[in-house]
Amino acid sequence: MILTRVVLNQADIDRALTRIAHEILEANKGSQDLVLLGIPRRGYPLAVRLAAKIAAADPTVDASAIVGQLDVTMFRDDLSHQPTRPPYPTQLPRTGIDNKVVVLIDDVLYSGRTIRAALDAIIDLGRPRIVRLAVLIDRGHRELPIRADHVGKNLPTSSSEKVRVRLEETDSVDGAPVNEVVIEATA
Amino acid sequence: MRHLLSTQDLSLHDAIRILDTAEEMAAVGEREVKKLPALRGRTVVNLFFEDSTRTRISFEAAAKRLSADVINFAAKGSSVSKGESLKDTAQTLAAMGADAVVIRHWASGAPHRLAATDWIDAAVINAGDGTHEHPTQALLDAFTMRRHWSKLAGTPSAGADLKGMRVAIAGDVLHSRVARSNVWLLRTLGAEVTLVAPPTLLPIGVEKWPCAVSFDLDETLAQGVDAMMMLRVQGERMNASFFPTTREYSRRWGFDDNRLRALDSLGLKDTIIMHPGPMNRGLEISAAAADSPRSTVLAQVRNGVSIRMAALYLLLSGENREPAPAPVPASVSASAAHAANPNLTHSHQESH
Repeated sequence: MILTRVVLNQADIDRALTRIAHEILEANKGSQDLVLLGIPRRGYPLAVRLAAKIAAADPTVDASAIVGQLDVTMFRDDLSHQPTRPPYPTQLPRTGIDNKVVVLIDDVLYSGRTIRAALDAIIDLGRPRIVRLAVLIDRGHRELPIRADHVGKNLPTSSSEKVRVRLEETDSVDGAPVNEVVIEATA
Repeated sequence: MRHLLSTQDLSLHDAIRILDTAEEMAAVGEREVKKLPALRGRTVVNLFFEDSTRTRISFEAAAKRLSADVINFAAKGSSVSKGESLKDTAQTLAAMGADAVVIRHWASGAPHRLAATDWIDAAVINAGDGTHEHPTQALLDAFTMRRHWSKLAGTPSAGADLKGMRVAIAGDVLHSRVARSNVWLLRTLGAEVTLVAPPTLLPIGVEKWPCAVSFDLDETLAQGVDAMMMLRVQGERMNASFFPTTREYSRRWGFDDNRLRALDSLGLKDTIIMHPGPMNRGLEISAAAADSPRSTVLAQVRNGVSIRMAALYLLLSGENREPAPAPVPASVSASAAHAANPNLTHSHQESH
C-alpha cells in the first residue's frame, strides 16, 4: 500500500517561489546579468514562474529574455544504468550565458548528480560569472558536495520514500491542473 | 531497439524518436563545443567491407562527438584480403570489446547475420548492405525532408511526420539500397512515394512495394512533387546493359537544366532536389541542379552526422539492452571449425 501525503499545496508553492524570486534579486543586488536556466522537465516551468515573479518585482526585467532551458541528459553519469532517455532541447536566452549570473533551477535536489551534470553542460555552452542553484525541494541524501543557494522547502525524507512534484505545465490529472508536492511512502 | 538493420521493421514511434533525438544532436553541432560526454568509454567499430567516404566519415564524426572511441576497419589491407571470414573478424572485434559495430558489406544481409548470431554481443548498425538497405541514409533523407516540410507549414519539426508530402525517387532503383530503405521509411512516416526509372532498372516484385511506379520523369513532375530524389547510376554494379547510352539516360531520366526550369514553370517553387551522393554530374543530375538553391545535397551530409549521433546514442545508452541470445548449439553452428570448439564463442561472450 502506498501512503500519500501532500507537503506543499498550490499556495505553498507560490509563496515559496515568491520568496526565492526575492532572494535571487537580493543575492544578486538587483536584476543585473541574471539568467534563469530550468532543468527539464519540471525545472523549466519553475524557471518561467520565477522569471515572471522577478519581472513583477523589477519592472525593468523582461521575463522571457532571462529564462532558458538546459538539458543535462547527455551529461549524466548514469546513462548506462537507466532506460534510454531522449534528450530535451537546450534553449539559452539570446544574450547567452557568458559573464552572466546563471541561476540553475530544478524541482527536487536529491543526490546532486543532476546538478553535477548541469555544471558540465553549462561549461560547454559558455563561461558564466557566477552559477547559483535554486530548488523547490531539498530532500537531503546528497552523494556529491553540492548545496543549493535558494531552497523552497527542506524536506527530511527517507530514501525509500518518493517525492513527487506535480505542476500544471507538465502534469495534469484527467485534464485538471494540479500544483502540489507529495511524499509517497510504501507501508 | 537493439540494432538498426532495416527501415522496414522500424515503427512510426521509433522513427520519430530517432528524428527528434537527431534534432537535439543538430543543435550541438551549432555550438562552440561540439562534443557530448554521453558515450564516454564506449567503443564503436566502423567495419567497412566496401568503399565509402561520406558514410564512414559521418559515422566517425558522430561517434567522436559523443566521446566514443572509434576504430576504423577497412577490408582492404586487413586480414579479410587473406581470406578471414566475417565470423572470425566479428569475434576478433568482440574480443577487443566493441560496443557497437557499424557495418557496410557488399553482401545483402551481412548485418542481419552479424546481429542474429552470437558472434558478437554489440549493437549492429547497417551502413549499407549490398543492394538491400541503408537505414541511416533513409533517416537522414527523412530528417532533411521533415525540416523542409515543417518549415513550409510553419510548425516545429519535433514530433512531426511527413503526412501528405509527395516524394519522387528517380534513377537506378534496381541497385539502390537507398531507394529501398527510403520507400519503407517514408511510407511509415506517411509520405507518398513514386519511383521513376527505366523498366530495366526496376527490381522484380517492385509492384508489391508500398509506392507508385512511373517510367516517365516529366509526367511525374507535372503531377506535382515536393521532394525530388535522384539516385546515383551505380556503374560498378552494372554487369549488363541496362540502358543504351548515358546520353539517352540523362535525357530521359536525369534531372537536367530543362527539368530544373520546368519546376519553375510548373509552379513548384518549394520543391527540393536531393541526392545521396556521390553524384555523377551530367548523368543523373546536372551541375546547375546540383548547385541550385533547391539542392539539399550538403544539408543531407550535415544532417547525416546528427542522425548517426542519434542512432548511436539510442542504441548504446540505457540499460534496456536485451541479453545476447543463447549460444547456438554446436550441431547447428554454420562453421564446422568453430563447431568443434564451442568454448571459443563462450570465452568471447564472457570477456565482454
